[in-house]
Amino acid sequence: MHRYFPHTAGEIEQMLARCGVSKIADLYSDVPPQLMLAEPYRLPAEMSETEVREFFDTLADMNRPLKACFAGGGFYDHYTPAVASSIASRSEFLTAYTPYQPEISQGTLQYIFEYQTMMSRLTGLEISNASMYDGATATAEAMMMAVAAGRKKRRVLVSATINPAVRAVVDTYARFHGVEIETVKETDGVTDLTDLARLLDAHNDVAGVIMPQPNFYGIVENLDGVADMVHAKKALLIMNCVAADLATLRTPGEWGADIACGDAQSLGIPLSYGGPYLGYLCATKALMRKMPGRIVGATTDGEGRRCFVLTLQAREQHIRREKATSNICSNQGLMTLFVAVCMSLLGTAGLREAAYRGHQTACYLLDSLLKAGRCRLRFPDKPFLNEFLLETEVDVDMLISRCMEQGILPGIKLGENLLLMAATEMQTREDVDRLTAIYKSLC
Amino acid sequence: MNRELYGKLVFELSRQGRRGYRLPDNHIPDNFTPADDTVPEIPDNLLRRDALTLPECDELTVVRHYNNMSTNNFGVDTGFYPLGSCTMKYNPKINEEMATHRAFTRTHPAAPQQDVQGNLKLYHTLQTYLSEIGGMAEFTLNPFAGAHGELTGLMVIRAYHDSRNDRQRRKVIVPDSAHGTNPASAAVAGLEVVEVKSRPDGTVDVDDLRPLLDETVAAVMMTNPNTLGLFERNIPEIARLAHEAGALMYYDGANLNPMLGIARPGDMGFDVMHINLHKTFSTPHGGGGPGSGPVGVRAGLEQFLPLPRVEKIEAPDGGEAYRLVTESTEALGAVSATLGNFAVQARALAYILSLGSEGLMQVGPLATLNANYIKESLKDDYLLPIEGVCKHEFVFDGLRDKSTGVTTLNIAKRLLDHGYHAPTIYFPLLFHESLMIEPTETESKETLDSFIEVMHDIAREARETPDVVLTAPHNTPIAHPDDTAAALNPVTTFTL
Repeated sequence: MHRYFPHTAGEIEQMLARCGVSKIADLYSDVPPQLMLAEPYRLPAEMSETEVREFFDTLADMNRPLKACFAGGGFYDHYTPAVASSIASRSEFLTAYTPYQPEISQGTLQYIFEYQTMMSRLTGLEISNASMYDGATATAEAMMMAVAAGRKKRRVLVSATINPAVRAVVDTYARFHGVEIETVKETDGVTDLTDLARLLDAHNDVAGVIMPQPNFYGIVENLDGVADMVHAKKALLIMNCVAADLATLRTPGEWGADIACGDAQSLGIPLSYGGPYLGYLCATKALMRKMPGRIVGATTDGEGRRCFVLTLQAREQHIRREKATSNICSNQGLMTLFVAVCMSLLGTAGLREAAYRGHQTACYLLDSLLKAGRCRLRFPDKPFLNEFLLETEVDVDMLISRCMEQGILPGIKLGENLLLMAATEMQTREDVDRLTAIYKSLC
Repeated sequence: MNRELYGKLVFELSRQGRRGYRLPDNHIPDNFTPADDTVPEIPDNLLRRDALTLPECDELTVVRHYNNMSTNNFGVDTGFYPLGSCTMKYNPKINEEMATHRAFTRTHPAAPQQDVQGNLKLYHTLQTYLSEIGGMAEFTLNPFAGAHGELTGLMVIRAYHDSRNDRQRRKVIVPDSAHGTNPASAAVAGLEVVEVKSRPDGTVDVDDLRPLLDETVAAVMMTNPNTLGLFERNIPEIARLAHEAGALMYYDGANLNPMLGIARPGDMGFDVMHINLHKTFSTPHGGGGPGSGPVGVRAGLEQFLPLPRVEKIEAPDGGEAYRLVTESTEALGAVSATLGNFAVQARALAYILSLGSEGLMQVGPLATLNANYIKESLKDDYLLPIEGVCKHEFVFDGLRDKSTGVTTLNIAKRLLDHGYHAPTIYFPLLFHESLMIEPTETESKETLDSFIEVMHDIAREARETPDVVLTAPHNTPIAHPDDTAAALNPVTTFTL
């Protein structure tokens, strides 16, 4: 038997006898014979751990090692404390199911409650759920929330400055869910608020407006007056934000938003080629019963001890079935532990220091490139935190491939002459200098 | 599991001035200022004003806090987890090692494709293996969980009908025994749910189904074996009828485990399916995720799969290479910003390689043997509403003796006292006292025997000393949490 299967031949005999059959195939007597697999799967033979490692090492060798990552686009190379990986790999957390049995799941329930509290404080909104899949699906769910809250209204406005990968997912959900999406124009790299006002005036069925912060180009947008404008039409303001930036930037709560959503990868989750990450979703208390997904609440047990349970489950698919607020069931559970641990270690000071260093390195990077010449900031007068769009006469493809030869990912190509560049606390002056040297060599 | 409640929150351990981090030095002098006007200042009104209160803790305090917290949790590594429809099998440790390889974790989703060929090959290899196991032409691994897979699969089906200008197909037929996510996913995908009844033997009633199949039906969505653990033996007939009516067949892969080594959904007549990697392919549930819900389609439907897709091509030097397909007019769109939960996919691939073809062939039969063994051992005390062989799981309708007043909930809670996770309870909705047990193939006979003994003990207690069961649990970190208070006056964040 394989090392994962405990039965001996003798035990199988005894068990079959209990079942009143002579061979395991008899337990499949209800499967029509023509459906039975005629031969084993055409897959590799069993491997030892050593062979599995070799297989993965071969794949690993096909990836080019990444030393310095100046690519962002919603996902950033941040510091991950060793403690976070260590705690998240504890069996008791890792191998547990959804905490439907609170008596033996206080560990899971407690960290989700801590996570909810931290996200609520970070976004400035009262309620957080226990996670969505990623930032893009969290935004799509926020859109569906707005439509559900808006009863018959089925139109949602989305700023043109939102990350196109998020927009693509929102569009997919909207198309199938019967939601009309309309784009709010961009002017000079930011949402055109005149166009927003025009669209809000032109339609009477706007359920929500989705605004990014910072936007896809890294620009911190000025949303003065937006919440009032949106609320005057009885629509909801949804803000898609990079979670870590909210330690520094004006929060969705402070802007008067109703829903905050996005990716919490920036709070310390490794890049891992796109996942697992962590979608977050927070909202005002008024929207609590419209929230999709799981929510943990505090209560007391029979002896009066504070404890935690999954609550408000009447919203969820296993109770409401086709009338549920969402179909989400499994979410990104363990990643909430991961970021709760990261935030416990970093605290406010750590998040702000990381943001400061990212900003500082981004400024140094931009300054160095501008001094090297043949480039400019695509939107020169717009403030950014740690990411900016560079317009350059240098061949962007060539720059990327030359940099990658040295393990530096210089950014994300957004067009013939456009490179989206980001910095975090993880890149150093030396990394920037090496990148700049390569840039100069191509000038 | 530690049966003493730990119960503290990290906020209560915070002391002003403590810190648990040191960020790397970026070597940029603090007095560095960019040349005049190159970098616009962030105006004050765009900055946060409200104080942010997060914990201030040193490293060891944080480590002890979460370690202590974890001891109040029950996982597969702690003990037997017979949770029906959840396939709580052993999560091999080598998978974790592979998924956390730095060569994978240190790659950005926007990296140039030629620099992440290993990642793309990993994805493509797993999708090829799943296609072989499912009997499908191609899988997308992008969906993040089972329900997300269902949604994606239904979108594939709608995209298919739309491509044929067959736009009036807006109904999905779902058995009354279906998982709650099925109707919810259909609703999110803009489809209307029509329920088809089960027969007394627990399988879909073909006579009830036949009149429902018309030109408004987009798909028939089934779980096979179904949530009662019963194989839908009329599946060839059902698939034929559905296809004749122009509908597609959707396979909910939540219960794929007992089919490994036995039969493939593609051969049963299913056109679209999803697989829960966190069930059948051993990736850990993580207290509710991250999971992964790959979606497979039969030949002829590949073009509708979500973007991005990964394609194998010939390299300039004649060798193999992989590329991302990011544009297509036929694809349903994107359901994720990236290629999904990549590190979860890596775990599933490690599992398939560790088992190999021969090992995978044994998964289904052994899971089914374990389930039948428990069922046959307990049906004297517990009411088995449908006789006959089951697959990986089965459902009791509570105790046989209904006079004791002991409910399924009481039994579930009493099991916690004995160091077992509870079975799935009150699902499926076909019975009042559903108690759904799924042991999986990785549990030993001793484990099953101990569980059977405890279940018999509980049945005896129910007859002789019912109070001890009615008031269970007695031996858990907390007991009898007040759910009503939690829902009436929700406290979802910590305040001092």
